[in-house]
Amino acid sequence: MEVVLFYIMAGLILVFSVLTVTSRRILRAAVYLLFVLIAAAGLFFIQQFAFLAAVQLTLYAGGIIVLIIFSVMLTSHVSEKLDAVSFKKASFALVACIAGAVVCISTILSYPFPKPTNGEVDASMKAIGTSLLGYKENGFALPFEVISILLLAAMLGAIIIAKRTEK
Amino acid sequence: MILLNFSIYDFSDFINSIDTWLVETFSPTIGHLIGLVLVGTCFLLFTALLGLSLVYIERKVCAFFQQRLGPMRVGPFGTAQTIADIIKLIFKESLITKQSDKFLFNLAAFVIMMAPFIVLSAIPFAKGLQALDMDIGLFFIISVSSIGVTGILLAGWSSNNKYSLIGAMRSGAQIVSYELSVAISLMTIVILTGSLQLSEIIASQSNGWWIFKGNIPAIIAFVIYIIASTAETNRGPFDMAEAESEITAGFHTEYSGIKFAYFFLAEYVNFFIISAVGATVFFGGWMPLHIGDATFFNNAMDFIPPIIWFFGKVAVIMYFLMWFKWTFPRLRIDQLLTLEWKYLLPISIVNLLLMSIVALKGWHW
Repeated sequence: MEVVLFYIMAGLILVFSVLTVTSRRILRAAVYLLFVLIAAAGLFFIQQFAFLAAVQLTLYAGGIIVLIIFSVMLTSHVSEKLDAVSFKKASFALVACIAGAVVCISTILSYPFPKPTNGEVDASMKAIGTSLLGYKENGFALPFEVISILLLAAMLGAIIIAKRTEK
Repeated sequence: MILLNFSIYDFSDFINSIDTWLVETFSPTIGHLIGLVLVGTCFLLFTALLGLSLVYIERKVCAFFQQRLGPMRVGPFGTAQTIADIIKLIFKESLITKQSDKFLFNLAAFVIMMAPFIVLSAIPFAKGLQALDMDIGLFFIISVSSIGVTGILLAGWSSNNKYSLIGAMRSGAQIVSYELSVAISLMTIVILTGSLQLSEIIASQSNGWWIFKGNIPAIIAFVIYIIASTAETNRGPFDMAEAESEITAGFHTEYSGIKFAYFFLAEYVNFFIISAVGATVFFGGWMPLHIGDATFFNNAMDFIPPIIWFFGKVAVIMYFLMWFKWTFPRLRIDQLLTLEWKYLLPISIVNLLLMSIVALKGWHW
């Protein structure tokens, strides 16, 4: 059952990733990307990592895709279509893609994937919460705070850029 | 055999016996698949019934607030009015504007239905009557419902109509900003429950509902939740996205026939979901009204089945929200965003802190 679900999700990811880069309408590409991200969340759900899956849905599907769609909506019209890529560009892109795929697949196939020695990973909400804000062993309090400062700085930067008046 | 296990007070035995029957009759894989299809069909039927009845109730309540009778002609007291409407909508021509992106135009109606439909699976309707009880329950509801806004944005953009585009932009800005207040006000109660799992949130209210036990911050959180969730589902007085008097019908101007009905249905399912989540987190879901250790009173309340408690609470909150909609005039878009970013969000963050202090000091029951 799980294997069948995995192949369905993997197939969806493959098909929609290819559609994302080949579509000539920019918003359709964004929607195909949305499907890729939702299918990735589905993969996490199959592996019982529900928290990770929900974060994937909130951040990527609900946050980043909405941001992309917003920017597309503000900048382009529904009837706009990107120009077809020339044969030269397309062939170079194909070569680069195949090279990248060969490197990735050969690395994955050669890696032995040893079984984790420390037993089952506890992925319950409680365990994630305590380790995310714990400052002792296996705690992530410092990275958590550093990331929040980074986000605050990014937010301030965005506000300053948006508020700049022309003189 | 299966019917023997049926009890209106606890559905878990009934559901389990159906499951074992399916697995024993067919092979385990096929049995589980049939179970999945059955659950899905139940939710489809429930959604359809919900849409039909809520549209009728909303029209009646609206009419009473405006001292009218509302629909009266079709069936006794107009009860068959929505069925007549659905038949009309099915037979209407489904128009598509010129130069619109047809694929996205049709997809939007699907995406907008998908999110509330998935969220319904996590709602506990009664004891043992819940499709998905994950340990991230509440977070799952928040994260899946954040996908719904994509459908609105797609509908507005692909319609090739400037009013639709403006409506979609408005509702996008509105939903993304009000999501924050909804999530934070729910988190305020999660501090007390210590768990995001909906069954545990309900179990923690077996000696009283959080709205009573949680002291002042719980009441503030509930008020914020009601305001913010109304805005998140684009209901009046926050229905800027489809303000008829300004931008015709907003993002669904170009939709007609059965596709328009999808938008309507999604809106009412969302309306049900916010009421159900509010009832579950603040009013104990299907948990009957219990007061501490008052055994006699608690037993008397337990006599009323949980499913009636749940739908009763949801109905009260829904009535409250309808009252809200038909009483207040529509806000302006800038007032709406000011309300969220300058008032509700700061208040809810301070309220979260207040609740942490209350929980640390043990000032709640």
